[in-house]
Amino acid sequence: MGRSFGTGEFLFLLKAIPSTLLLSLGALAGGAIVGFFIAILRIAPSRPLRWLATGYIGLFQGTPVLMQLFVTYYGLAVLFNIQVDAWSAVLLAFSLYSGAFLGEIWRGSIEAIPRAQWEAAACLSLSFPKQLWYVILPQAARISIPPTVGFAVQLIKNTSIAAIIGFVELTRAGQLMTNTTFKPMIVYPIVAALYFILCWPLSLLAQTLERRIDAALGLKQHF
Amino acid sequence: MNYVFQFNVVWEHLPELLEGALLTIQLSATAMALGLCVAVVCAYGKSSGPRPVHWLVAAYVELIRNTPFLVQIFIFYFSLPVIGLRLTANTAALVAMTVNLGAYASEIIRAGIEAIPHGQVEAARALGLKRVQIFRFIIIFPAVKTVYPALASQFILLMLSSSVVSTISAVELTAITNSLASTTFRSFEFYFVATGLYLAIALGFRGGLSAIYWAVFQRGRAA
Amino acid sequence: MPLLALNSISKQFGAHQALEEVSLAVEPGEVVAIIGRSGSGKSTLLRCINGLERPDSGTIEFDNKALEPTPRRLKALRREIGIVFQSYNLFPHLCVERNITLGPTAAKGIKPAAARELARKVLRMVDLEDKIAAYPQQLSGGQQQRVAIARALAMEPRLVLFDEITAALDPELIGEVIRVLDKLARDGMTMVLVTHEMGFARRSADTIVFMHQGRIWEKGPPAKLFSAPATAELASFIDAILSVDLSARRHVG
Repeated sequence: MGRSFGTGEFLFLLKAIPSTLLLSLGALAGGAIVGFFIAILRIAPSRPLRWLATGYIGLFQGTPVLMQLFVTYYGLAVLFNIQVDAWSAVLLAFSLYSGAFLGEIWRGSIEAIPRAQWEAAACLSLSFPKQLWYVILPQAARISIPPTVGFAVQLIKNTSIAAIIGFVELTRAGQLMTNTTFKPMIVYPIVAALYFILCWPLSLLAQTLERRIDAALGLKQHF
Repeated sequence: MNYVFQFNVVWEHLPELLEGALLTIQLSATAMALGLCVAVVCAYGKSSGPRPVHWLVAAYVELIRNTPFLVQIFIFYFSLPVIGLRLTANTAALVAMTVNLGAYASEIIRAGIEAIPHGQVEAARALGLKRVQIFRFIIIFPAVKTVYPALASQFILLMLSSSVVSTISAVELTAITNSLASTTFRSFEFYFVATGLYLAIALGFRGGLSAIYWAVFQRGRAA
Repeated sequence: MPLLALNSISKQFGAHQALEEVSLAVEPGEVVAIIGRSGSGKSTLLRCINGLERPDSGTIEFDNKALEPTPRRLKALRREIGIVFQSYNLFPHLCVERNITLGPTAAKGIKPAAARELARKVLRMVDLEDKIAAYPQQLSGGQQQRVAIARALAMEPRLVLFDEITAALDPELIGEVIRVLDKLARDGMTMVLVTHEMGFARRSADTIVFMHQGRIWEKGPPAKLFSAPATAELASFIDAILSVDLSARRHVG
């Protein structure tokens, strides 16, 4: 009953890893762009802009990722009459999702910079954009690295949800393998192990970076 | 855009959606309660237990935190029957959610435990209290109070991730939305409304958790 | 013609009246030391001068121009008024040279090479030229504060404000900073300092301003105020300051 699970089947799983990583990287890149604007909006002087960003973050942090995928996929078809392929829909949905989380992380990083730094920069006659560019953002960027790496781990795990709408990445590959080999006791633990190999080093990296940056700048962002 | 929205179809099926929401709430609340117990035990084990327990809990936590929830569900539902442990879909969902929350919450609580000033523990020890008593009376209450916001956020995350259990045909809001969407072909409308319901549940949980905080931690108690 | 004129400045924080009808004129080249107990409004007054605090009423005139709190005017004002903070507020991600050249290059458009020369010059003035490539974390508190002074001087301001710049320093590091202040005063820089350093005030200040409960209680040359305080409040303040163990304040005068 079913194929046996051998090297060929294992390779099939391995070949799905690039899809997982590519989707994660793409969503991280897309999310970085969205997140940058969200972070800036969150600290904007205008209240409506701040509310907009807060609402966006609240929406993506208060709804399931799976629902976000569904709404994006069907929403694109319905609102813009575009029949998108799985890649585009999933990439867009995960980018918007990442943007909310990254925006919140980066806003937190900016707000972790003491007010005194803003004052010192302003008193050197620097305009607000220049204060941000030369003084605040370089420091905020350093602090934001550990939580951003931590979010990357979260993202890699969440790409598994794309399997539910049929997108072929590592988890879906696992489902397909289980359906042909009928050996869930072998396939899924191996899939878990593969995710572990991808995620655990990044988790450790995030923890190490947090310790080092904390020592260097004397600032810590608590999550 | 030549799509005609028909939200009235959703309105007709609102009772079923609300029933799904209720199931999601029940499932999540149960998993929260059980997961919290697991978390407290694990936090105690990792911080005050013997070395082997510390490493066992550490392995459990790292395993859960570096693998996707979806894969964890698959293992509980599809892989376990192979070794004789056959769970119903809803039971497997509950177990997976409990195990998942237990890992994350135990780390959060452990952080709270480590924030307790060591002087308090020393004072308790000098008074002759046994380790378990110290934990129960001196440590756990202030620890949970300190980390309550992080814990509350983790609970909300758990509730949101419950939508993924629909893949193993557990009955909750997403599963019901799926079947309604596919029978009425009004996918966008149903997923849109379901997303709104999740948002409402998330906000409700936030309010409920705040109320619990107030009731447990702030009613004139000297914490 | 006074370089700086404060007219009836008042400022309230909630229910607390921090400043009440404070008026002060500072001539070019004058060194004004503001003294008083905590909460007397000294720092608030200082911070009003360069726009970090906005007074509720009253006017401030710098160089005969009224101080307007618009971003553009504040930016222009801060090119002429420098400030040194109690906690130095150096930029930790930049080396000393870059800390100093940032203002001139980014705000005044000075070319990098000229800015670097300027950095060397001001570091020489504070006796720290050899630390030009160091990072703030590698420096002691006194050194960081001297770099902060150099950073303010690099903007070539006409007036420099000092907000209790020795208050956060270990006692043995205060002397090196005071020496710099003495030198600046001798060289004719217009300075307004909030300070507890009575030795410096007596030695190098032209005018002492004693503040109490948000008002200027007494004002005059150091010799007169310190030897013959007119009010009981100033007398008891001087007593309190000077009763600190004199051996710990060896660097005073």
